[in-house]
Amino acid sequence: MPTGQRVIRNTYRDSVSLMQISARIGALAGIRKASLVMATEGNLALLREAKLIEDTVQAASSDLLMVLEGETDEAIERAFAQADEALTGEAASTSRGPPSEISPRSIQMALKNFSEGNLALISTPGEYAAAEALKALRLGLHVMLFSDNVSIADEIMLKREAAHRGLLVMGPDCGTAIVSGIPLGFANVVPRGPVGVAGASGTGMQQVTTLLGRAGIGVSHALGTGGRDLRAEIGGATMLQAIDELAADSETRVIVLISKPPAREVAAKVLDHAQATGKPVVACFLGAEADSTQRANVTSARTLEEAASMAAALAQGLPPSHAMPESPEFGMPSIKPGQKYLRALYSGGTFCYEATLLLSSVVPYVYSNTPAGLAHELADVWRGQAHALVDLGGDEFTRGRPHPMIDHRLRNERLLREAADPEVRAILFDVVLGYGSHADPSAEMLPALEEVKRIAQRAGRTVALVGFVCGTEQDPQGLSRQETALKNAGVILASSNAQAVRMVKRIIDA
Amino acid sequence: MPSLLQGKLAVLNVGLGRFAEAISAAGGVVTHLAWTPPAHGDAGAGMALARLVNHPVIEKANQRAFDAFLAVSPVLRGVGRARTLLPKMTDRTLLHAGPPIEWARMCGPMQGAITGAILYEGWASDAESARAQAASGQIKFEPCHHHDCVGPMAGIISPSMPLWIVGDDAGRRAYSNFNEGLGKALRFGAYGTPVLSRLRWLETKLAPALESALSLVGGVELKPLMAQALLMGDEVHNRNAAASGLLLRRLASALVRSQEPSDKISEVLDFIAGNEHFFLNISMAACKLMLDAAHGVAGSSMVTAMARNGVEFGIRVSGLGERWFTANAGAVNGLYFAGYSEADAARDLGDSAITETAGLGGFSMAAAPAIVKFVGGSARDATTNSRIMRAITLGESNIFQLPALDFQGAPSGIDVRAVVDTGIEPVINTGIAHREAGVGQIGAGLTRAPLACFVQAVTALDKELSP
Repeated sequence: MPTGQRVIRNTYRDSVSLMQISARIGALAGIRKASLVMATEGNLALLREAKLIEDTVQAASSDLLMVLEGETDEAIERAFAQADEALTGEAASTSRGPPSEISPRSIQMALKNFSEGNLALISTPGEYAAAEALKALRLGLHVMLFSDNVSIADEIMLKREAAHRGLLVMGPDCGTAIVSGIPLGFANVVPRGPVGVAGASGTGMQQVTTLLGRAGIGVSHALGTGGRDLRAEIGGATMLQAIDELAADSETRVIVLISKPPAREVAAKVLDHAQATGKPVVACFLGAEADSTQRANVTSARTLEEAASMAAALAQGLPPSHAMPESPEFGMPSIKPGQKYLRALYSGGTFCYEATLLLSSVVPYVYSNTPAGLAHELADVWRGQAHALVDLGGDEFTRGRPHPMIDHRLRNERLLREAADPEVRAILFDVVLGYGSHADPSAEMLPALEEVKRIAQRAGRTVALVGFVCGTEQDPQGLSRQETALKNAGVILASSNAQAVRMVKRIIDA
Repeated sequence: MPSLLQGKLAVLNVGLGRFAEAISAAGGVVTHLAWTPPAHGDAGAGMALARLVNHPVIEKANQRAFDAFLAVSPVLRGVGRARTLLPKMTDRTLLHAGPPIEWARMCGPMQGAITGAILYEGWASDAESARAQAASGQIKFEPCHHHDCVGPMAGIISPSMPLWIVGDDAGRRAYSNFNEGLGKALRFGAYGTPVLSRLRWLETKLAPALESALSLVGGVELKPLMAQALLMGDEVHNRNAAASGLLLRRLASALVRSQEPSDKISEVLDFIAGNEHFFLNISMAACKLMLDAAHGVAGSSMVTAMARNGVEFGIRVSGLGERWFTANAGAVNGLYFAGYSEADAARDLGDSAITETAGLGGFSMAAAPAIVKFVGGSARDATTNSRIMRAITLGESNIFQLPALDFQGAPSGIDVRAVVDTGIEPVINTGIAHREAGVGQIGAGLTRAPLACFVQAVTALDKELSP
């Protein structure tokens, strides 16, 4: 096997540089071994031992020695040329530019360069979320815990830790908040103003804040509590703290509370607490017994629309009223015999719950995957049945899939299936705008809506499409842009969920 | 605690990036974390960690431990024999690097080094019977760390070997053996005749000369010397050229005055001058001394030792007593001498990671940018490495400075919590030994302390502090 040797006189290179070049040259085709070293006694001994050099070499310790063993003399010559190039290139190849920024990997690490941080927004997978929240609390941060799949035990632990430290934990499973005008999670762009909201329901808060915004009434803050906060085990821990926060906030003049029906004793505790603030309170506990929310200073709202309307009135110093806005006029669709039923396909869980409550009290045979009021459980969540209201954000639909507010595919497919059912008279749906939601939901839905019309037409039917957009003009998706697109596609538009339900009721009664 | 609603909202976003974008778009202040599940996704350990974050007992204990670490001033006091200096060492004890390990499980280079040590002590006359003796159970094998010692690579210390004595005013002592130089060396598992005769020369010629030189200069303050070496391009783990030179400068005149014959003095001077790693073992003992001062503070999460035996990587934690938390020793990512490759390499080995534990070596890579070339990096990577290490340490050295980082102190005092929380594993500069006994060093490079050790320590600390 041929070998080659070259000495570069009086040339010093660091041993690490030389090893690096040796490794590169040694990896060339046709080269078996490559060694670039300073020709010190120690290095020469090593090379002798590896049988790479003879006993005598004419090189001093200040000389650079290159020794190669290769398959052919040509390969060795080529390798020497490359080694020379590497030795000259070496000096010029240092990296340029400023040191790359190091991204923070943990909350504590982030705080080193972000000491002003005061809230952690946590949306990790559920199994890690409680630990992140606990760290945040221990480091003095308020927490919004967007993640779900956090155990009740961990929720209790976190809320105790928070209360002990005077910190707020919004969540777990808290989808929406607006703090000092900044949207957190799924939230809309609404003007700032006198109404403070504390809610155990994300879409419920989106409905109330957007309706207030559209009425020109601003929101001070909207604090989420997580869906389980008003259950007996948690006792409304976050809701009570949120009320305190809103009570102490000078900007907040009216307080709106939103929840599905709380445990009775929790409702009493929360309302007593709210009443004690002295600020006018609107309580919208969807589905709660009417007498459970009676308090002086507390106005009970039966729907989210009503809550927004009452809060707007109170904020303007007017008495709250139960009279809700007239529904807009719309052409009643012509129907064929057998077309009897409503199918509602919701992306917002609270909308579905509210609609089910409202409809089941006035119409028989109402089914849902999240039954409320007098409604029944759907036999198969994937199929319509009489009047069927489906929350497509339910676990059974989102497992391994993005939420329907982000990804419209599941709902579009379901629209076509419902349209093909000869018993369907009307399809109801929500469109939720704001940060976190799809960038252009109407565009995403239009092809499916067109297809619905064609399917019905081919069967000689008409299916009424009823929808509402939960959002504001200032949202990234633009309210009027979305509404116009839907209207042009033949959708009968309501301004709120409750109004949409009233319009649907007229259609199925006709 | 200020209310959430007063003052300016400033959000740390942990999880979905789109939420951070929304906050920015709305004019909010936000920082987005490059988050991954802590503890390699072990949710139970992750929760144990969370319970320890900003824990008042730990914070206080760490402050005490770290202050104690900073306060130590190691001095190179002299030279002595292992059997005399180490009270727990018996006539048939051999010390080794890393956490405890029995003969049968030891890696090739460690078995090779033990074979050599037995021959050196004259307990056996050939390699085969030396190995038989090692396997017979007649010899006690114990970690260097259990005897206030540290040894690089295989780290074998036998009763007759000379040791460096490093001490401080508080009466602490730490010891290390002598560096034999590069190439075939006991610490890399080589045990041939040249290795043994060099060991005898170290014992009979070098050690006495240094002993008398040191008694003449009255000890060498090590912190200023190491600090200066950092400014000269060493990180005093894998690069000791400057430190070795500085030490030689301190000792040269005393050596000449030591009344040894001049040919012997020139032999000694040649040996020191020809061995760029001469200072390494002293650096290790100094680091051991500083870290021992931080050990044993109840509740402290500060790492006080990282060491490898070639099979397992182990750490010790100030608040967790004499326990070792171990995981498989990793491979070394590095450069190889001609004719060798990764396939020949032993796994990570040696007590020398004590330097990283003290904030030197890989942690001070910014001081020695050439080191990073072992893995094909750039000088910028070297400074980045030091900056990243700061994320897992309790503080910075008040003595050791990194010029490339505007003379910032070396990141020191590894916090097991921070390692588990960030997933940033301590970086270690190291040599590479051949996996078989008797061959020796075949390269050098970088490796990482395995996260699993730190996860175990966090879990243990959580147990310790649970009511």
